[in-house]
Amino acid sequence: MTFTQIIFLVTAAVILGSALMVVSTRNLVHAALWLIVTLFGVAVLYAILNASFLAVVQVVVYIGAIAILFIFAIMLTRREMRDRGPQLNRGWWLNIIIAGLTFGGLFWMLQGWSGFSKAAADFPSGYDAVGQLGKALVSPTGFVLPFEVASVLLLAALVGAVYVAFARK
Amino acid sequence: MNFWTNPVNFVAQWLLGLLTGWGMPGWLASLLIQFIGVVVLVSMMMLIDIFLVWIERKVVARFQDRLGPNRVGPFGMIQPFADIIKLLIKEDITPDGADKLIYNLAPVLSLMSVLLLWAIVPLAPVIFGVDLNVGVLYIIAAGAIGTLSIILAAWASNNKFALVGAFRQVAVLVSFEVPMLATMLIPTVLAGSMGMNEIVQSQNVWYIVLAPLAGLIFMVAAIAELGRAPFDLNEAESEIVAGYHIEYTGMKFGLFYAGELLHAFTFGGFWAVLFLGGYRFFGLENLGPIVAAVILMAKALFGYWLIMWVRYTVMRIRIDHMLAFNWKFLTPLAFVLLMLTALMNALLRGTSSGVYILGMLLTNVILGWVIIEILRGLSRRERERIEGVATVKNFPSPHPLSQGERGKG
Repeated sequence: MTFTQIIFLVTAAVILGSALMVVSTRNLVHAALWLIVTLFGVAVLYAILNASFLAVVQVVVYIGAIAILFIFAIMLTRREMRDRGPQLNRGWWLNIIIAGLTFGGLFWMLQGWSGFSKAAADFPSGYDAVGQLGKALVSPTGFVLPFEVASVLLLAALVGAVYVAFARK
Repeated sequence: MNFWTNPVNFVAQWLLGLLTGWGMPGWLASLLIQFIGVVVLVSMMMLIDIFLVWIERKVVARFQDRLGPNRVGPFGMIQPFADIIKLLIKEDITPDGADKLIYNLAPVLSLMSVLLLWAIVPLAPVIFGVDLNVGVLYIIAAGAIGTLSIILAAWASNNKFALVGAFRQVAVLVSFEVPMLATMLIPTVLAGSMGMNEIVQSQNVWYIVLAPLAGLIFMVAAIAELGRAPFDLNEAESEIVAGYHIEYTGMKFGLFYAGELLHAFTFGGFWAVLFLGGYRFFGLENLGPIVAAVILMAKALFGYWLIMWVRYTVMRIRIDHMLAFNWKFLTPLAFVLLMLTALMNALLRGTSSGVYILGMLLTNVILGWVIIEILRGLSRRERERIEGVATVKNFPSPHPLSQGERGKG
């Protein structure tokens, strides 16, 4: 077993364990904090895959913005931050089946892929990964269309948020 | 390879030879050496932190026309150690309603978020923790952990003052991150890289000359990020006693305090790296990595001194003014500046270096002048509005709408 594999297994265990805690803990703030652990674990996975840009953006966006927003919303909206009542609903067995099928399907699909059992290759020295990513996002042969569509979507969401929050005169 | 041209690598190679000579497997030895490197860097920063306490107290004393600590040791230099002993022997109180684990975790996270930043500071061309190719974003990411620690501390101590302080601080942190990131992209555009070492290497002309407005905005945003005066609403003593760390005693409070001082010094360092040429000083850095590291530290101290100067001379401003200042002034200005800098950089890249420097500098000067003119016009209109209303109140007139001209003067 290589060193990277050990790191991967530890990280994966942390992600799964904390994700389980997110849905099973009864204290909502604790749930948000466990979610942060989960998201940080995903950032570590990106770092293992040499995707440093994605890893850092994961921390900036998901921990720095979204998780903070969650905590804010929880703190501001509820006096009692404990969740009572049953933690399972009637369709729990159906969810297990769907989740299991999804996992099995993905596993089966990825098994046919040649890179499935390989470690991430190192970049050749002097390779500008961030520059390549930036060029791919704006090049017509790359991902310019999805990139722009996502931008327009976010802009629309922003305008909508301002409209909803805007006080009527 | 010798010690004077590459000290860190020299010591690392020597240790590697020593450890593998003892029969340790290679990967374990290099892991251990990496770990030792981290411990050495962190310990060095903590040692500097102790002296920052002394520096801060001495400098504030000079600004306020006092002497500062002068009893313990020469120039009061042993004072921080006395402070530490005092903090250590204080009673460690955990409030009854506190969430114990999170309450104890928050100060550690707070100091950690600052120490993380030093991983990417290039002390010299060959002395740095790691040369990340996304260094600029990493600063913001480490800041996110700092934000988290503040909100955790406030929530876990179960205190309304703390919560109010944290809400204010997080509002400021989240909003000032935007102009900060935009201005950090300007050195990125000029250098063509997000890596700290490459940004320093490409500063043949310091970026404070090529982009003085960006340097200024970065400094303002950094002071806001630090939560220091005039942006110290998170711990406005007259309103909310001590803000988010109100319930913390002894060394736990000490960690917040140490983190704050080191954070200020760190941002002085980043200001130096991004705008003042980092470890470069007119070729003096070529004497050796240790000289370069000393140069960077001196520049970081200069930045830290500027932050202190602002802190002890400018008064606190109200939260709505602060947020309006950020969203209506700094953020648009930073984005306009970013676009303009990118455009001018692309246009002037082919020209001689004299034209390039002058062009970039003039762009900034003209933009600054336009901004000041717009602000002057706005404030004149605002003044006329207020004075016009006042005139109407004092001298009722049948045509209150035509009062605009009278209020002038």
